[in-house]
Amino acid sequence: MRTMSRSRSAVVTLPSEKEILITRDFDAPPEAVYRAYTTPELVQRWWNAKRGEVTVAEIDLHVGGSWRFAMETPDGTEVAFHGVYREIVPNERIVATEVYEGFPDGEALSTITFAPRAGGSTLTILVAHNRREHRDAHIESGMEDGLQDALDLLEEAAAGE
Amino acid sequence: MAEPRRRELLDLLARGERPVGELVGALGLAQPQVSKHLRVLRTVGLVDVREDGRQRIYRLNARPLEPIHRWVGAYERAWNERFEALDEVLEEMKEQGNEDDVT
Repeated sequence: MRTMSRSRSAVVTLPSEKEILITRDFDAPPEAVYRAYTTPELVQRWWNAKRGEVTVAEIDLHVGGSWRFAMETPDGTEVAFHGVYREIVPNERIVATEVYEGFPDGEALSTITFAPRAGGSTLTILVAHNRREHRDAHIESGMEDGLQDALDLLEEAAAGE
Repeated sequence: MAEPRRRELLDLLARGERPVGELVGALGLAQPQVSKHLRVLRTVGLVDVREDGRQRIYRLNARPLEPIHRWVGAYERAWNERFEALDEVLEEMKEQGNEDDVT
């Protein structure tokens, strides 16, 4: 079986009120991660986050080409993203637009960087939205505990007084 | 107590601190009503206020803010699960590559 020696975990930060930054180390080199990111049959196997089934993984990998990923959650909800490639540097960087279809007004620009590091690579995904509300909707995409739930908890606390 | 309005206030403040005037504008309520809601929220420790010149700026309080961290945390968890699946794919690609080298 696989060696589970890695203590890797993704780090999500909000560098500004309109951005999301996701960082994760991998044991595999940048070329492999890039391939897993840009090959439909491979995307099909990981993009679901084990939370459903990837129903669409379309990748037209050239500048101006479009992409669309969709998954269906166990309760039948479709969570889908699509966009257009703006810049492609094989094994190094992809810049693409990104729209969460649950919130079609909010087009973001995402910059995915595949950087080498000792023994593997570091993947960073910077998602830059135009508006904070759009970023927040993006964070809530397919989430069970959205910001709204969090706020309900706060309001309950207030109502208890 | 008009709770939906307080809920809206929290919603606005969850997205960043704001001066009272902006909250009044965003809610479309009269200033005294907004102030009253803010007072309730302050009393229960959900919001803090600071003075900035002549403005009073409100923000969500850090401790009850924990659910907000959980909100980003859920997103982070989803990516972690996604990346764990990606690890497995990468591992198989590597094994596949080694087999290809042998044959």
